[in-house]
Amino acid sequence: MGGSSRTFGQVLREGSVVTDLLAPSRLRLSEVARVGLGSLASRKLRSILSALGIAIGIASLVSVLGLSDSSKSALLDQIGALGTNLLTIEAGTGFGAGDSALPETAVATIGRVATVEATAATYGVDAGVYRNDLVPAEQTGGISVFAADPGLLETLNGTISEGSFITEATRSYPAAVVGSVAAERLGIRNLDNPVELYIGGKWVEVLGLLEPFALAADLDRAVLIGDRAAEDYYGIELIPSTVFVRVDESYIDETRDVLAATVDPENPEEAEISRPSDLLEARSAAESSFTGLFLGLGAVALLVGGIGVANVMVIGVIERRSEIGLRRAIGATRAHIRRQFLIEALTLASLGGTVGVLLGVAVTYVYATAQGWRVIIPPIALIGGIAAAVLIGAIAGLYPAIRAAKVSPTEALRSD
Amino acid sequence: MIQRDSSRTGTGSSRLAPRVGRSSLRRRWQLPVASPDPAAPAIELRNVSKRYPGLPPVTALDRVSVRIDRGEMVAVVGQSGSGKSTMLHVMGTLDQPTSGSVLIEGIDTSALGDDHLAAIRGRRVGFVFQRFFLLAGVPILDNVANGLLYTGASRPQRREAARSVLERVGLGARMQHRPNALSGGETQRVAIARALVHEPAFILADEPTGNLDSASSAGIMDLFGSLHAEGRTIVVVTHNEQIAAALPRQLQILDGRLEQDIRTGAA
Repeated sequence: MGGSSRTFGQVLREGSVVTDLLAPSRLRLSEVARVGLGSLASRKLRSILSALGIAIGIASLVSVLGLSDSSKSALLDQIGALGTNLLTIEAGTGFGAGDSALPETAVATIGRVATVEATAATYGVDAGVYRNDLVPAEQTGGISVFAADPGLLETLNGTISEGSFITEATRSYPAAVVGSVAAERLGIRNLDNPVELYIGGKWVEVLGLLEPFALAADLDRAVLIGDRAAEDYYGIELIPSTVFVRVDESYIDETRDVLAATVDPENPEEAEISRPSDLLEARSAAESSFTGLFLGLGAVALLVGGIGVANVMVIGVIERRSEIGLRRAIGATRAHIRRQFLIEALTLASLGGTVGVLLGVAVTYVYATAQGWRVIIPPIALIGGIAAAVLIGAIAGLYPAIRAAKVSPTEALRSD
Repeated sequence: MIQRDSSRTGTGSSRLAPRVGRSSLRRRWQLPVASPDPAAPAIELRNVSKRYPGLPPVTALDRVSVRIDRGEMVAVVGQSGSGKSTMLHVMGTLDQPTSGSVLIEGIDTSALGDDHLAAIRGRRVGFVFQRFFLLAGVPILDNVANGLLYTGASRPQRREAARSVLERVGLGARMQHRPNALSGGETQRVAIARALVHEPAFILADEPTGNLDSASSAGIMDLFGSLHAEGRTIVVVTHNEQIAAALPRQLQILDGRLEQDIRTGAA
């Protein structure tokens, strides 16, 4: 070993090191990181705990952003699949006394509007639905009965979970299709065996079971029978209670404006037109406002994490007075000391930030997957998460670093 | 990263006075270039006073003038609180005098800022402390190599120089040990190696034997003796009169004043 070692003077003479007496002290860039990391490594537990505060703050920010985007995209997918071009027309409350009703001809007149792509209607049937004829009449289970034409399913983008919907063939037979909630209340799980319902004093065969309608939740709690069967068996006049209209995407608002007058030229104010997809969009907006709240909470967590880092750094300055003194004695400038402490804080914070981003992504992934949503993590959450952590680290480290640089080396190094 | 040519310091005829000039290579600030004046004393205090404000204000050093030549070995003695530690810190530019000037190798430090003073400490001053101040958990080789941390030397260069001084102080076989595996005397040898690693103009030792038993103390003073014999300049602050008496020159400090400057020519 002795042969290989040279004194510093011999190293100097190779000419690669500054020898001007007054050339400024210089800490190599690679050493800046090593010095900062070294002192963190020597206080592992405390470093990890203080970085954890930042990590939790960042994780909550990232997961809030990720989850809100994932759920919003799920909602938008749903809206997109259902279409935003569905309008519903119902009888409004009107100005006059008594219930107003849509005219019998509503479906036909709406169908003549050029921008209307499809129409379908439901007609109220005043009857109770029972599993059999022994159930007391008042136990209706809150299930209503509507008559419908075969086009309703397509107009609503609905799906059948079992059996079939009302067809041209079955629209005049005493047969019914059961909404999802109604099926549950009636205790119908499947149609493996033929099921009959006792509707308005008549036995009716169940043709099919419906999946939930996203845009017409009323129908989930209803049993539908064919419109002709309603006329023939229940003697119902076919006055539409709701007309569902699919409209050309590009003329939704224009069509909406003319529909009321089209339906009831005499009393246009009595037709109430709504757009069910607005509800979903409102839900999405409501979720966004919650996102704001959670983001605020995440920011508070991040702030607390930053204070934790600042606290650890301030304690570190007090504890490491002698180290600071020694560094000053071996040639560190105040700027070197300041930089060292700042880099420690930045390292802690970016460590916490990285862990937080990973944690946030993991939370988003697990929760979104469990909800059956597409996992979407906005890039702003990733970049912003790290950037916020670094910013917090810089702010948290600034004061301790300035304090460290102000430590008087003579005080720190005094022997008594 | 600007590597400057080291030959600049060794050239020129104007080496009698500190050479102060400018180079276009200077970064950010226009820093003067200075090289030590080989004819000047290692350290010179000219009428140096150090007062700390407060009620009442404390005068730690009171108009001290002293000159320590190259190759001298000097003891600074005095009661606790007499100002001897302050004098040592002022000599090493860790502390600046309230009035008067400190010259290191002929360079007046009174007008210099933090950057330059730090550079002088990092290149020309070697400190040894009573409490050693080694980083626990770091092998002694790197503890010594850290003495060069702020010189801009690379890690291999620093380690090479550290190996060489550790061999010099008799710890060549223990370079990978951590400080807590060493005895008090060995720990102080490591600290001395760190003070030597950058080949300073002088060593300032503040109560270097204060935490050691008498056998270890004797070992440390022997080491200082042999470093002195090699021509190094050493200033030892001590309240131990026996140790002081064994050194060729003693500065006695009382209430911040230089009471006596005794040259015994011992050792």
